[in-house]
Amino acid sequence: MKIGVCIKQVPAKDASLAIVEGSAWIRESDIGFETNEPDTFALEEGLRLKEKHGGEVVAISMGPERAKQTIKEALAKGADRGIHVADAEFYKLDPLASGRSLAAAIRDENFDLVLTGLQSDDQGFGQTGVLLAELLGRPHATIIMALEVLDGRMKLKRELEAGWFQWVELPLPAVLSIQSGINKVRYATLKGIMAAKKKEIKTVDRKSLGVPDSPTQRVERIYVPQKTKKTEFISGQPKEIATKLIEKLRHEARVL
Amino acid sequence: MKILLISEQREGNWNNVSFETLAAAQQIASQAKANVSGVVIGKGVGSLADELAGFQLEEVLLVEHDLLEKYTPDGFSIALRQVIENAKPDLIVLPHTYQVRDFASKLAASLGKGMIGDCVGHRYESGKLIFVRQMFQGRTSADVIFTGEPPWFATFQAGAYRADLAAKHASGKAQVRAISMDLKPEQIRTKPLELFREAKQAVDLTQAPMLVAVGRGIKAPENIAMAEKLARLLGAEICASRPICDEGWLPLDRQIGSSGQTVAPKLYLALGISGAIQHVVGMKGSRTIVAINKDQNAPIFEIADYGIVGDLFEIVPALAEELEKPH
Repeated sequence: MKIGVCIKQVPAKDASLAIVEGSAWIRESDIGFETNEPDTFALEEGLRLKEKHGGEVVAISMGPERAKQTIKEALAKGADRGIHVADAEFYKLDPLASGRSLAAAIRDENFDLVLTGLQSDDQGFGQTGVLLAELLGRPHATIIMALEVLDGRMKLKRELEAGWFQWVELPLPAVLSIQSGINKVRYATLKGIMAAKKKEIKTVDRKSLGVPDSPTQRVERIYVPQKTKKTEFISGQPKEIATKLIEKLRHEARVL
Repeated sequence: MKILLISEQREGNWNNVSFETLAAAQQIASQAKANVSGVVIGKGVGSLADELAGFQLEEVLLVEHDLLEKYTPDGFSIALRQVIENAKPDLIVLPHTYQVRDFASKLAASLGKGMIGDCVGHRYESGKLIFVRQMFQGRTSADVIFTGEPPWFATFQAGAYRADLAAKHASGKAQVRAISMDLKPEQIRTKPLELFREAKQAVDLTQAPMLVAVGRGIKAPENIAMAEKLARLLGAEICASRPICDEGWLPLDRQIGSSGQTVAPKLYLALGISGAIQHVVGMKGSRTIVAINKDQNAPIFEIADYGIVGDLFEIVPALAEELEKPH
């Protein structure tokens, strides 16, 4: 199977975010970045499919130069090669332009299967997988909790809401968005990290893809959300905090 | 302006976020001097269309076909594209459900249009319609506007609007208009198989008067015991955010949030939970919320009544000790 996995690089979970005044983005200079966690489950699923059925896993990431690091990590875990769709101002793209750019960059690869994570932890559009399916003319399914390759088809377990699930079948080639938690993701081994150094990363300039720059939407500004509740902060030494909080829960909130 | 609300049902039962989205559509309509029509899609859903027609709507479009009995992304996208071409709305609004996430951006893209997904609110300012959504897991909000030509697509997060504010029809009932569909079996590539539930939920967290919830901040499975001890002393049940259940540190039936249970206990004690929207939608109705988190900017503090910025590994044992004292 020839499998493409779309992975994104996002600010690290513990990064302290500072909004750049008058922009719709954060200051990147002082923070760390990491692979978007939901995408790591998609990569793991791709690697497992390759181990079972043979073939190739290609890690695809769109973003500025730093996004290459995310591809390198995927190569160290066992992906065979990488495609970096380079755009220094990637964050300005709307979901449709992102989808069109990725579709243009991978169309000629003719993957049997394209995998994405559920959504990104930064912009959180959650549209890439579904858009890729439409733009590449492939069937798709999202929020996948189990998958099985049959003869030219796949059987998939989709998570629905409120504890419900559904089995669906679709023909290959296809696009799947993988639900977080479907598997236990592997760590890169030292051997994997060494092997990754010899693997190819092809860089494609996003602007060379000829995708029309006609956004359907624009983020005007980002800001720290307004509080909906007045929070009473309790401070002090742990013991003091405990005494104060229990006192308040007993006599002020009256819930104990 | 013309707004089209696409409601959601499964096997004849409403997804109630449909009515929250209806309330959102009506509020936008009253500000932007627009009218709202509703869509009911499926098979044998005429009675649901009649029910929807009891709300303040221009008309209800009934979209029925044998191939729409079970949801498929192809079937729903092809059918709804025909509805949109027929009704010519400027704005199409949908509830941000798992099903909508599966097809709405495909539908929009098939028309060359974009979608603003997962909105938590909107504002109408000097003729401009602004949608508010969250970014960075709820740590920032974003104001987003449509820039291209309509139709535009927007989805609304569960809990963002109050379903009980959806206005009833002023003079009886809106007209129900059936729209015929051109849909062929070979256009539908996915084959929907059976719906099922996994093992019955062992604990009904919705009935617990108090909950102690753990998030990523708990760091390791062996630390759960500390939270469980606190829960025991309070007489509370233990629960968690999604990552904890994904890791298998607590069973899935203890998960709170959009993919787990929705609760409103009298006390919700959040330990090391950042407060991503997917979690918050499942617990924001709690009467008293206490949050302990090392990050003072964690979004959980936006909804907390009592906030403690600090190390939960110091504070939780201190709380347990305090509760063990006679009072």
